[in-house]
Amino acid sequence: MTKPFHKLLIANRGEIACRIIRTARRMGILTVAVFSDADRDALHVSMADEAVHIGPPPARESYLHIEKIIAAALRTGAGAIHPGYGFLSENEKFAEASEAAGIIFVGPSAEAIRAMGSKSAAKALMEKSGVPLVPGYHGADQDDAVLAAEAHRVGYPVMVKAAAGGGGKGMRIAESEDDFAGALAGARREASAAFGDDTMLIEKYIVRPRHIEVQVFGDSHGSVVSLFERECTLQRRHQKVVEEAPAAQLSEDQRERICEAARAAAASIGYRGAGTVEFVANDDGFYFIEMNTRLQVEHPVTEMITGLDLVEWQLRVAAGERLPLKQEEITRTGHAVEVRIYAEDPQSGFLPSIGRIMAWRQPPEGEGIRIDTGFREGDMVTPHYDPMLAKLIIHGADRAEALARLGTSLDHFQVAGLKTNIPFLRALARHPSVAAGKMDTGLIERELEGLLKADDEPAAGDIAAAAASVLARTPDVAAPSPWDAQDGWMIAGERRRRLLFETGDGNAEAIVVYRRGGLFLEVGADTLPLRFNRRADGKLDVFSGDIKETISTVWNGEALEFVTPRGRFGWTLVDTTRGDDLDAGAGGHLRAPMPGAIREIFASPGDIVKRGAPVLVMEAMKMEHTLRAPADGKLVALKYAVGDFVEEGADLAEIEPLETEG
Amino acid sequence: MATLSNNIDARSAEFAANAEAMGKVVADLREKLATASLGGAEEMRARHVARGKMLARERIDMLLDPGTPFLEFSPLAAHGLYGGDIVAASIVSGIGRISGRECVVVANDATIKGGTYYPMTVKKHLRAQDIALQNRLPCVYLVDSGGAFLPQQDEIFPDERHFGRIFYNQAQLSAAGIPQIAVVMGSCTAGGAYVPAMCDESIIVRNQGTIFLGGPPLVKAATGEVVTAEELGGADVHSRESGVTDHYATSDAHALGIARRIVANLNMPERRTRGIVEPRSPLYAQQELYGIVPADARKPYDVRDVIARIVDASEFDEFKQLYGPTLVCGFAHIWGHPVGILGNNGILFSESAVKGAHFIELCSQRNIPLVFLQNITGFMVGRKYEAGGIAKDGAKLVTAVSTTSVPKYTVVIGGSYGAGNYGMCGRAYAPRFLWMWPNARISVMGGEQASTVLSLLRREGIEAKGGSWSAEEEEAFRAPIRDQYETQGHPYYATARLWDDGVIDPADTRRVLGLALAAGTNAPIEPTRFGVFRM
Repeated sequence: MTKPFHKLLIANRGEIACRIIRTARRMGILTVAVFSDADRDALHVSMADEAVHIGPPPARESYLHIEKIIAAALRTGAGAIHPGYGFLSENEKFAEASEAAGIIFVGPSAEAIRAMGSKSAAKALMEKSGVPLVPGYHGADQDDAVLAAEAHRVGYPVMVKAAAGGGGKGMRIAESEDDFAGALAGARREASAAFGDDTMLIEKYIVRPRHIEVQVFGDSHGSVVSLFERECTLQRRHQKVVEEAPAAQLSEDQRERICEAARAAAASIGYRGAGTVEFVANDDGFYFIEMNTRLQVEHPVTEMITGLDLVEWQLRVAAGERLPLKQEEITRTGHAVEVRIYAEDPQSGFLPSIGRIMAWRQPPEGEGIRIDTGFREGDMVTPHYDPMLAKLIIHGADRAEALARLGTSLDHFQVAGLKTNIPFLRALARHPSVAAGKMDTGLIERELEGLLKADDEPAAGDIAAAAASVLARTPDVAAPSPWDAQDGWMIAGERRRRLLFETGDGNAEAIVVYRRGGLFLEVGADTLPLRFNRRADGKLDVFSGDIKETISTVWNGEALEFVTPRGRFGWTLVDTTRGDDLDAGAGGHLRAPMPGAIREIFASPGDIVKRGAPVLVMEAMKMEHTLRAPADGKLVALKYAVGDFVEEGADLAEIEPLETEG
Repeated sequence: MATLSNNIDARSAEFAANAEAMGKVVADLREKLATASLGGAEEMRARHVARGKMLARERIDMLLDPGTPFLEFSPLAAHGLYGGDIVAASIVSGIGRISGRECVVVANDATIKGGTYYPMTVKKHLRAQDIALQNRLPCVYLVDSGGAFLPQQDEIFPDERHFGRIFYNQAQLSAAGIPQIAVVMGSCTAGGAYVPAMCDESIIVRNQGTIFLGGPPLVKAATGEVVTAEELGGADVHSRESGVTDHYATSDAHALGIARRIVANLNMPERRTRGIVEPRSPLYAQQELYGIVPADARKPYDVRDVIARIVDASEFDEFKQLYGPTLVCGFAHIWGHPVGILGNNGILFSESAVKGAHFIELCSQRNIPLVFLQNITGFMVGRKYEAGGIAKDGAKLVTAVSTTSVPKYTVVIGGSYGAGNYGMCGRAYAPRFLWMWPNARISVMGGEQASTVLSLLRREGIEAKGGSWSAEEEEAFRAPIRDQYETQGHPYYATARLWDDGVIDPADTRRVLGLALAAGTNAPIEPTRFGVFRM
């Protein structure tokens, strides 16, 4: 009953669309991308054989618009649709609409999606199939005494949780019997306010929880297999940050039990395609949380340890084929770890960072390094979609090797033009608790301060690296005029160039001295010969004194981010010819530029005004003139009122400059 | 093209001796240049810097594009003059690249007698303006000078090429479309006030630059008004009230940054400082020039060995190789720029002079710049040669050199004597640039010849009166003449007086010529109209 298809529409964007296209292409399947206005020039559009425009940037009007996507598939003759993850991937209506249009939906049946869509229904279903659940009470009797008795049965600590809940609202932890009444009342109050429903669940509160999930696969012939587990314990605000496979600390016995439970869960709903059964685990055991009926973001770590292509499996299963391997044929090798590189600023609460990617330099792929991305140098990161730039996936012989390579690969992953979480990920990859595998889902929040430590402390060699980066920025000219020379030749004396950098917390300075024998660099009291070679990979070999170092620098305007053997630095090259701000700290008088009438006044005496803030508006010669504060200061006098007519040069207001900081 | 072969045995004792001799004079030159590059006395420099000012050379360094060359003019000007401490004639000038455009920079050095103008200062300033005009290079003046050195006002103020000529030139340069930009970084008093005032655009540094026709003491004497220099002619006065300056800078560095942006906005016509073919290095080391030039100036050597170390890929296509062989003529490239080279291989005969004139005609017709490698004792003398018309043949060469319109560049690599200096494009023949090697000598004739001629005349005079002149007496007569010629013919004596644009390390010759040729492309080559050649 196989039903092959020759053309696949990918109802997604970004790295996952690109990743699906690659597998489809390898299998000889033509690909169709869809795109919104914001993604006209995106990589996935460029990679696909065809692409269809489906609307404006908001996802609701494009990537979430079922009719437009089905229409695009019909128009291009696509026989199947892969939904990727997110967007419509777990939307049963989309699955139904595809099937109704005669197009294969690469994913489970609409029924399976529906069955797992409701958390409470899913749990009830799992309970029936013998999959362990977090001990708790989900009953209809909401009497306080009943709830207290149930809490006692479950065993403290317990969590009191709104049945209609989400986002942490209507949720309280009771550590002991004494806390329970207060916790229940508080949760009820919040739940009523937030959801208009104070029905409560009681669950055992899992101390030091870890997140472990199992990759499962089913086909339409009734087979279900598991492809080992993944651990996604390192999370920030319920967002996975680092994922690995296999789990950091799991005995073979535990592994077999958790995989078996996952297979049982999938089998209970006759699951078809790729799915993930998520568990919360700690030393006491593991408990079902939910099942995701799609390909996960972190699926590559499973691919790395099994050597399988999960998208290929998805496409084969969707075409009606049997699973390519039996359970006992599925093996694993080594350890894989993935990090999600985001355009976000860890220093400002991980706010998304929007802008153009001015430079992109990634570690070389191959030999256990895989990079899945939908971006390239020059692309825009827009506010419309998830700002994940790339997934960096490392495969090592064991966990220690994988983490070590993750650290060094992150060192050499550079994106300029916007802020990224790469420095944060570097710190995380080298965190001792992570290395030891002693993790729980609260680790990142607890250790955040240390993980956000800014730049590494620069040494003289790093200043030399920055200087070489500046000098190497002047391109070699193919057929130069002797005036293009960069050796600072002159007849009498020697040219020097002062390089001043703003570092994270101060300045760094070096002087390039151009001598007949070559370049020298003065850093502090030292003068060392400096030489550099541009490498084919865009990096620089810097020879400073008798040391050679390979450094990597990316520029965004005058901002340079560079990596040396000692660390990673984000500095700015200062224009040493910039002048002082003439008006800074210069308070003074606002005078009428010409005769006219006062039309509007925006400030009153005593107000603190910012430089450039409008103080009043005059009308003169039929034009309105806005007079602005010449400096940050306090308005100490305002000598006219609205409607007054003033002469040219009239002293309208006086601003006293604020004391500037030390 | 034909490649010049290497005829040099760099391991010979002769080569080593030559290299040692040249090494010595180059080392001496370097030492003098290093001293000159410091500027004024240490105390004066410290005082200057303490006022928040940058030194003249630091200013130029910051003004120019980082790492690019600076072709300085006559750094040893005034060497040994005025008591010896008016280093570089208290002014630094040269061609450098600003915002991608080659410009002439003229910077007063206020650490030397307040940057006042001595006669050689004036000459050097005017020479820089001449270079700007000939090569159509924008001028940036970094002004920091107390004006004319009053005790020598008679040698500075009134004559045709004295102080006033600076402003005349500014007007002429501006009229020719060559931008004039001033950065006022110190005093601009009296006549000096006209430097910024005559400029197309000017910048002044707050609390440093002042411009006034009469300073505070003069004002007090004239009107009794008591006023500070800053109130009288500081940045605020001139940028907010008088409009003498156009840009207000808060520091030297800021002013230089503004100057760089002004140059960036000049929108001058596109020019090609790159050669027409890709530059290729000579096949042989330029450093070997040290060992090629004989330590004994009277020893002949083949100028082709010099050419082979200056021109691209050592390729040289010779013209009339078998005719008039004492003047070597041929085509080559330097940094990709085509050049016609004339180099001396001995004394000039009629044939060599006529050959040279012919070759200059070729280059003029083809718009090929000329490079003269001058090492000449003069034209052949004697009855046979006079009768053969060497005067008229020499005149043909001098006419061709004088009237060709192609750019000419002269390097005195050995002797520069008598009419040989004329035929080989000496200073009077308006080469775009003239440099000397440190081993060179320049005078109307050699010291030996001069003392011989003078002693012959003297002996005739004495003997006509019946007297006698002993060999000792004659030697006593001749020695000071030889000394005088040695002193006055020395490159330091020449360069101190601006007879050249500088004494250069022979190993820098190719670079210096390349820079000058490239800068020279800014000016179009006018068609040549030769004078009458006496046939």
